[in-house]
Amino acid sequence: MLAELVQFLFAGLTAGAIYALVGLGFGLIYNASHVINFAQGEFVMLGGMTTVFAAAAGLPLAAAVAVAILVTVAAGLALEMVAVPTRNASVVTLIIITIGASISYRGAAQAFFDKQFHTLPSFSGEDPIDFLGAAILPQTLWVLGITVLIVIALQLFFHRTLLGKAVLATSHNRLAARLVGINVQLVLLLSFGLSAALGAIAGVLITPITSTNFEVGIMLGLKGFCAAILGGLGSGVGAVVGGLLVGLIEAFGAGYISSEYKDAMAFGIILLVLFFMPSGLFGKRTTERV
Amino acid sequence: MPLLEITGLKSHYGRIEALHGLDVAVEAGELVALVGANGAGKTTLLRCISGVQPVSAGRLRFEGRDITRARADRRVKAGICQVPEGRQVFGPLSVLDNLRLGAFRRKGADPAADLQRMYDLFPVLADKRHQPAGTLSGGQQQMLAIARALMADPRLLLLDEPSMGLAPLLVAEIFAVIQQLKGQGVTIFLVEQNAHAALSIADRGYVMETGRVVLSDSGQALVENPRVREAYLGL
Repeated sequence: MLAELVQFLFAGLTAGAIYALVGLGFGLIYNASHVINFAQGEFVMLGGMTTVFAAAAGLPLAAAVAVAILVTVAAGLALEMVAVPTRNASVVTLIIITIGASISYRGAAQAFFDKQFHTLPSFSGEDPIDFLGAAILPQTLWVLGITVLIVIALQLFFHRTLLGKAVLATSHNRLAARLVGINVQLVLLLSFGLSAALGAIAGVLITPITSTNFEVGIMLGLKGFCAAILGGLGSGVGAVVGGLLVGLIEAFGAGYISSEYKDAMAFGIILLVLFFMPSGLFGKRTTERV
Repeated sequence: MPLLEITGLKSHYGRIEALHGLDVAVEAGELVALVGANGAGKTTLLRCISGVQPVSAGRLRFEGRDITRARADRRVKAGICQVPEGRQVFGPLSVLDNLRLGAFRRKGADPAADLQRMYDLFPVLADKRHQPAGTLSGGQQQMLAIARALMADPRLLLLDEPSMGLAPLLVAEIFAVIQQLKGQGVTIFLVEQNAHAALSIADRGYVMETGRVVLSDSGQALVENPRVREAYLGL
């Protein structure tokens, strides 16, 4: 009984950590530009796929990961440069641009890489660790550990550095940010780049567990979106809590109810949140400034 | 050479022309007031000077350099700092963070000394420095907005309706601070609907009506001008 519970718990936390990273990426871009970036899942896919192919080309794993993060950040910056200069475009137009971008990135990955499923070796062996009777993959600990480090690093960046505060200031009041001399264009690039990097890291971390192909971004992006909505769009704490909750609900639901409804549970959460708590668990309840 | 020289400035909102070719100049060390009714284009002019509103014709020169197309953040670095209408403080951030962000473009300055100057000018900000700016009263937010702009060490301070929505006692306090800043040699371009108070402390003034400058003279002469007295001072 306990072993089963612990097994589901770790499965949920692992998936939840990945959703949290994707959800944080949604929040970063949303805060900076009020755009919901539906290419967020593609960043996860690009991170995993590029690492696989860079490693297959002979690069050591660490170098392959670095290349993958750079490629994905470049894709994020390109998205910002194409989408945001569309002056006077409404947020809805920009969101549709991100949907177009996600299709393009998926198509490019399909053409440039291939349509097969690929996996990566675990970072430190495949032998499960026995914990209270449950078998925990070492990669799970990598996922959880690196996610914790990233969350701490983001907290430090936003609350301890002037640049981080400039990003927060820009998201709160873009006009005032420009008037104190913050280069808003740079803040947008930074947010898209950082968001892409988070996605790429999530993709690298999860690939040894779930494997990857050119289409994995669709589902991971949607689950990350669930996490961001549940936590409250734009809230960092919310994305982390939302991600872990979505992961745990999925894992326990699949384990104790039916694994057929695993995906339906995440999307059921979205509907419930949007109906009854549209600003999420930690979202701002203030109305839009006019 | 004026510190700020604006010639033939036009600006549009969509297809509507809001400024119909303005000529305005501010000399270093001056306090220049710009008065006019609601919708005359005063805020639009300030937005053009700060680079957050596109200019469709005409020129802006700052210290003799053409800045008509310069980015907003470059203008702040050059020393053009605006206290916008409605304060626009960063509500969720602390008072201290708002002040630090005011100095965002200043490299190598000593923030501690500048912060102390702001706390001397507005002691209430020192008491509340760890509170979110959004929790301050309207008057305190106005002080914070002015202090935030001063943290950038402006060569030209643009003030947009600093007395708007404030109780008379606070208005007097804000105007006293403006005079104190002028005494310290800060060049100030003051936009106000409170025409009497603004023109009384100004070296020179401009009167705007529907996108045009219709009068310009010394502050004292404008206060005594019958047309201004009737239209803006309610006398």
